[in-house]
Amino acid sequence: MLINRKEVEQIAVLAKLSVSEGEIDAIAASMDSVVEMINHINEADTNAVKPMANPMDAVQRLRADVVTEKSNKDKLLSLSSQVDEDYYLVPTVVE
Amino acid sequence: MSDIQWETVIGLEIHTQLKTKSKLFAGTDTTYGASPNSQVSLLEAAVPGTLPVFNEKVLRYAIRFGLAVGAKVIAKESRFDRKNYFYPDSPKGYQITQLNHPIVEHGLLAIQGDDGKQKKIRINRAHIEEDAGKSVHDKYAEFSGIDLNRCGTPLIEIVSEPDLSSAKEAVAYMKEIHTIVTHLGICDGNMQEGSFRCDANVSIRPKGQQKLGTRTELKNINSFRFVEKAINLEVKRQIKVIESGQKVVQETRLYDADKHETRSMRSKEEANDYRYFPDPDLLPVHIDQAYIDNEKQFIPEFPAAKIQRYVEDLGIKTDDANTIANGKELSLFFDDTVALLKQAKAISVANMLLGEYSALLKAKDTGFESQPIKASQLSGLLDELALGNISHKISKVVLEKLWNSDLTATTIIKQEGLAQVSDSSELEAIVKDLISKNQSQFQEYKEGNMKMFNFFVGQVMKGTKGRANPAQVKSILEKL
Repeated sequence: MLINRKEVEQIAVLAKLSVSEGEIDAIAASMDSVVEMINHINEADTNAVKPMANPMDAVQRLRADVVTEKSNKDKLLSLSSQVDEDYYLVPTVVE
Repeated sequence: MSDIQWETVIGLEIHTQLKTKSKLFAGTDTTYGASPNSQVSLLEAAVPGTLPVFNEKVLRYAIRFGLAVGAKVIAKESRFDRKNYFYPDSPKGYQITQLNHPIVEHGLLAIQGDDGKQKKIRINRAHIEEDAGKSVHDKYAEFSGIDLNRCGTPLIEIVSEPDLSSAKEAVAYMKEIHTIVTHLGICDGNMQEGSFRCDANVSIRPKGQQKLGTRTELKNINSFRFVEKAINLEVKRQIKVIESGQKVVQETRLYDADKHETRSMRSKEEANDYRYFPDPDLLPVHIDQAYIDNEKQFIPEFPAAKIQRYVEDLGIKTDDANTIANGKELSLFFDDTVALLKQAKAISVANMLLGEYSALLKAKDTGFESQPIKASQLSGLLDELALGNISHKISKVVLEKLWNSDLTATTIIKQEGLAQVSDSSELEAIVKDLISKNQSQFQEYKEGNMKMFNFFVGQVMKGTKGRANPAQVKSILEKL
């Protein structure tokens, strides 16, 4: 086992996914196979290879500091299930 | 209670909102105070298919900060990473930041330490990142309201080394950073609006111990006063915890100004794992030395250097130098005026600006930035005064006449006949005329009554509407 039950639970918490007790073993097994596949990358000898930030041989394009975007307020708010006075409403997140 | 002496160790993370017109990765308006969710582009709303494009102003501002704190590293290649977390104020589910290749590293900042001596605080790094939206909690009972206007606003997070030894030093450091970013003009410094925010990492250790104690992080403290209070409270709490035989838990704590306490913010069970990785949507940012050098022209002289120059080169009193140097508009106006002086000394500019000029601004309920009088007009006035062409009293009259005027002091003095009467024959005639009209007073003066001497000087000044040269009047009287 490369991935244990506890790790599945923790990843579920981080990903905000609810996973039932019964599902954990199956998910662990399926994640195992993914990790196993990815682990093949570790077999490659990269000693002589320079770290690469991006496969594209290009650098970041810069933008001038000007306002170009129009407000999408109504369109975006209409996509939300709950809004009030232009606020999106979500379950309370006070800490 | 034990007899252990505790030492406080503090490091600060300061979030500085950059004064740009548009957001970090999209051309979305950043104006503060707009109605909720009216300044949200498809990018900040995390609509699939959108891509970030880097605002060059942010890069330039970050470089300027690096130059201002003498950073050893201003990275020719910087990169962006994703910090992953779920929170409704960040629709993408991650924050774009710079973890491994920040733009600025290893700066230094001098503050006044607790012992009164200069202390150098190391700045570990300053990196570019995006701000999150705002959650509104008090408006709804069962919901939080989300306003994404602030989402994607550019920040630089300035991270100090744990070099601060008290709440007082932390405040001194924070104020110094505030001075730098506001004088650079890269941040408006408005703490009420959240443009300048601070998290403090606080730990204690027995005095003399090298190893750092377990730290707690105090979040989002939004005023200089609260920083001091929150840190002092937290230090007291940690001492109490340790002295009662328990351990300080590494956690994030919130300062509650109303209850005057710090309290734990996150439940222990929650795994804080940000799973950073390089943002594949953004390429590395490449700049060359010429690009960095070009920003040097935007680095102003900071108050600390100004004070030294004013005191040492210009002979200004330390207190006055402090006042002038710390007022951004005031010091610019002072420097401009001093540069134009032909006869007068810089100290006369300081006295005028902090004295009559300030009083006049206050009376008219305005500030130095309104520039009712130009530097060339003020220097002209002070030159006339230094040359003895007008009396000190008349200089105040001319100052008021210069207000919102295009005329020079010299022109006003000529037009209004305000020039000091220094022609001795003219003055002598005035004095003799006064004596003939006030024989008994003159007799008393002759018999040694010095009050009468002042009476005559006063009468001459009155008769000439302040235009007589008092020293000359005195010498004429003495001769008679």
